[in-house]
Amino acid sequence: MLEVKALEKSYGSKHAVRGVSFAVEKGTVLGFLGPNGAGKSTTMRMIAGVLEPDSGDAVIDGKSIISDRRAAQASLGYLPEGAPLYEDMTPPEFLRFLAEARALPRRSRQDAVDRAIADARILSVSHQRIGDLSKGYRRRVGLAGAILHDPPVLVLDEPTDGLDPNQKRAVRALIARMAPTKAIIISTHTLTEVPAMCHRAVLIDRGRVIADDTPAGLARRSEDGSLESAFSRLTDQDEDENL
Amino acid sequence: MSGYLTRQMSGFSATYRRELGAYFATPMAYVFLAVFLLALGLFTWEAGRFFDRGVADLQPFFVWHPWLYMIFLPALAMRLWADEKASGTDELLLSLPLGIPGLVLGKLMAAWTVAAAGLLLTLPMWASVNFLGSPDNTAIALAYFVSLLMAGAYLSIGAAVSALTGSQVTSFVISVVMAFMFTAAGWPLVLSTVQSLFGTGFADIVARFSFITQFEGAQRGVLELRVVAYFLGFTATFVFLNCLWASRQRLG
Repeated sequence: MLEVKALEKSYGSKHAVRGVSFAVEKGTVLGFLGPNGAGKSTTMRMIAGVLEPDSGDAVIDGKSIISDRRAAQASLGYLPEGAPLYEDMTPPEFLRFLAEARALPRRSRQDAVDRAIADARILSVSHQRIGDLSKGYRRRVGLAGAILHDPPVLVLDEPTDGLDPNQKRAVRALIARMAPTKAIIISTHTLTEVPAMCHRAVLIDRGRVIADDTPAGLARRSEDGSLESAFSRLTDQDEDENL
Repeated sequence: MSGYLTRQMSGFSATYRRELGAYFATPMAYVFLAVFLLALGLFTWEAGRFFDRGVADLQPFFVWHPWLYMIFLPALAMRLWADEKASGTDELLLSLPLGIPGLVLGKLMAAWTVAAAGLLLTLPMWASVNFLGSPDNTAIALAYFVSLLMAGAYLSIGAAVSALTGSQVTSFVISVVMAFMFTAAGWPLVLSTVQSLFGTGFADIVARFSFITQFEGAQRGVLELRVVAYFLGFTATFVFLNCLWASRQRLG
């Protein structure tokens, strides 16, 4: 469903992403983990077609983000980091804008908007301006925008960041409901939610994939069997090598 | 060919409607229209001596258009791209399956519509001169038309610079400076200096690129095709630059 092939990106002298490759099948939720500045967001932005890679490719539902960008983007739902939204609009206005921009068939637009509002549980705030909403609701409006066109592939950059435990649970439940029919990538640095939410975890550090395993398999790589110590062992080890 | 154009222009109507809504969702457009009309009225009546001249035409009204556009239209255009960058929504926009030209033109047209609304609200002035005397209405209609084209040229500078700088304040300052250069190039004060420094031939070329010079004929009611071509061509050039500067973001 989604195949990431040797993506590379440099900003000036900083080599942010160095040949990241992985594949995600339908029905899989992939946790994309790594320390801050490891290249998670850069990789996700390249998959979403927001940033052009120096080399490599991402194939979304059979369509290349390089050679067939618009078709690939049509099959993709993307939640950027921090869930940026148009604050002067209400959630339904925002979703209608996306429906029109994505050129959904005119007749099915309202249905798509209604379904996304129901799925993301934002009906109660649909008359308020997005700028007046709480962080949790804003994140859910962003998610509603990402799933509006029912894409086979979802790329969600830190969908639960900054939310309170109840809001996190709501977002996790939404992802779990969508999981069986989609290929989903979620970046996070809240490791505790990885086993509950993800079937697989890719750990990336300094622009390279350093582990690709199930959350349980990843946890077994540490002495005490916790994901957290596996995370710090794998990423710290790298730091030592560079000294 | 038509398929290519459709793809490039996808997102035009969605963007146009969103941007127009954004102008009127905040006090932005209302404040702009109110201050613009106030300034235009003040210049026409006070500085232009509209009533003292004893002639029923709109010459003292149109003569101020380039100067007011130079300040007001960059203010209208500065948010078009810089605002997206400030709120991070540019990332959302670039992840949609859209063509950059559709986005650029949709945004420009929305700002142009607000400017057109401003011009439309000056129509009572036109009605007044008809009440006071019998002006050449064809000439006035023509001056309105060319003024609207000129507004598009000023807005295209502001929109392109907004995409280039990504900051509203910087974008406003740079746009006003650029707009000033294209306006003042036809100002007698500037022209006589240029003439004494570089000769008459060069001064003529400078004058030809000035919005004031281009707008002069229209104020007298003369429709010149080359003036229409000038303003449309000018706008097209900056739309092209706008596309380049907006897509630059994809390179990181």
